Amino acid sequence: MSPELGDLEELYQEVILDHSRRPRNFGELADAAVRVHGDNPACGDEIHLAVKFNGDGGLQEIKFTGHGCAISQASASLMTTKLKGKSRDEVEEMLRAFHDLVTSGNNDSPKKLGDLLVMRGVRKFPQRVKCAMLPWRAVEQALRQSEGESTVSTEEPEFA
Amino acid sequence: MHKVAMSRVDWSALREDFPILRERVNGHPLIYFDNAASSQKPSAVLNVVRSYYEHENANVHRGLHALSARATEHYEKSRHRVADFIGATSADEIVFTRGTTESINLVAQAWGGRFLHAGDVILLTEMEHHSNLVPWQLLSERIGAQLRFVPVHDDGTLALEKLSSLLTPEVKMFAFTHVSNSLGTINPVVDLCQKARGVGAVTLVDAAQSIGHMPLNVQELGCDFLAFSGHKMCAPTGIGVLYARSEILKSIPPWHGGGEMITSVTLEKSSFKQPPHRFEAGTPNIAGAIGLAAAIDYIEGIGRAQIFQHDVDFATYALKRMAEVPGLRVLGTAQERGGVISFVMDAAHPHDLTTFADRYGLALRGGHHCNQPLMRRFGVTGTSRASFYFYNTREEIDRTIDILQKAVGFFK
Repeated sequence: MSPELGDLEELYQEVILDHSRRPRNFGELADAAVRVHGDNPACGDEIHLAVKFNGDGGLQEIKFTGHGCAISQASASLMTTKLKGKSRDEVEEMLRAFHDLVTSGNNDSPKKLGDLLVMRGVRKFPQRVKCAMLPWRAVEQALRQSEGESTVSTEEPEFA
Repeated sequence: MHKVAMSRVDWSALREDFPILRERVNGHPLIYFDNAASSQKPSAVLNVVRSYYEHENANVHRGLHALSARATEHYEKSRHRVADFIGATSADEIVFTRGTTESINLVAQAWGGRFLHAGDVILLTEMEHHSNLVPWQLLSERIGAQLRFVPVHDDGTLALEKLSSLLTPEVKMFAFTHVSNSLGTINPVVDLCQKARGVGAVTLVDAAQSIGHMPLNVQELGCDFLAFSGHKMCAPTGIGVLYARSEILKSIPPWHGGGEMITSVTLEKSSFKQPPHRFEAGTPNIAGAIGLAAAIDYIEGIGRAQIFQHDVDFATYALKRMAEVPGLRVLGTAQERGGVISFVMDAAHPHDLTTFADRYGLALRGGHHCNQPLMRRFGVTGTSRASFYFYNTREEIDRTIDILQKAVGFFK
């Protein structure tokens, strides 16, 4: 990562554009234990996350479908690649580290984040943090429930 | 102040009246193409607002001192200015509100709450801004009225051939936008109002996108209500107008209660002023109303017919140039259109494009534009939108095309 990169080039690195065009782990997961629909009402972006847990509650399988901007799609793709096979504690730690990365650019555990470090450019675009965090909000919700289906939103809960 | 002759306008000289147009954004000269969201303000308006606070500021309609008298006089003079501007028969037909949204909520809740009943139909269109949809949803849920919608054709025009089957005697209100904030389509308001009258329906025109962009006269339109905001026509934010035909306005019960709208109050009950003051509870946006009158002076100094011609010429040129960008598709291709263009690009999602454009100083809007049902109708979740005003230049369009071409290369 060259320091001469402009903000735009740092945000839309080739790896990110590649993941947005050819998302990994994209598709249905027939026997998912949990399905979470992540929704960004501000722009209409959607991530549908499907998760299967192993015996210890870790993420055995994780896939997604949906549509949205390059940042939300690439973030989901990179996230699923990273989280597959991780324990519950590892996922939670990663979630915190990723949030710090895209909001402040700081991170105490760069090694842990590995490939996710390419998302660092988001910190200079505060309006795009929600795009990057959308799939992570969905996985956070998935950990809270051991089965079933739910919806999370980047906005405050709705009054219906 | 008026640098322009009525026939020929020196558009580039007008740019000098807008201090903000000298801003640089991310190292580039600002290209402000988000005028459908809010327009910029000329010095003439800024100075009047400042002068009001420096020489006249006090509350209206309640003090016996000199400043209160000045403020009241200027505030009420502004009401007359608005009435003249839109062709109202009297200033009493002009209610100052916070904007289009509040104006429509006033009609839905105060007029609708009194005169609409279960089983009545409220006719809207598929292209309404959320501000002319959600207030009617809230009302219909409360009283059991039905909502009905005029569909939109692929070209962004209303399906007028379906109007006769939709506009039945059960329709008590037909509320529609003059100009679509997403597609730029100009609707045939005169015809729509006339047909609504034919079945005894009351009409409300959302003029948010038309008021500062074209000649507009409520007598010619034939509408019962007209709602608009100041901030899209060079005035400050937080001031708007509800016009209502006097006969209708007088029949509407109070909406917000408080000071300024009453004649006498006991602990048990109150009696209320005549319109428009009945609908202006509390201290109004005095500076905003005065700023709105200054904006009207400014716009009439240029000429609304001239501004409209500029919009049309500008949109025509922009559409021609945008056709050069590979993978760019414009939504809404109506013949009758204003200076609003919504588009999608194969290369980039609207949010990615907006972020990209912003780095080059180009202010576009990306998203659903408070038009989610319309976006669904066109099978997209959002678009990029470029919307123009008279201070925009062709050179800005040319630079925009360069930026869009760059985006195609960047995201390919």
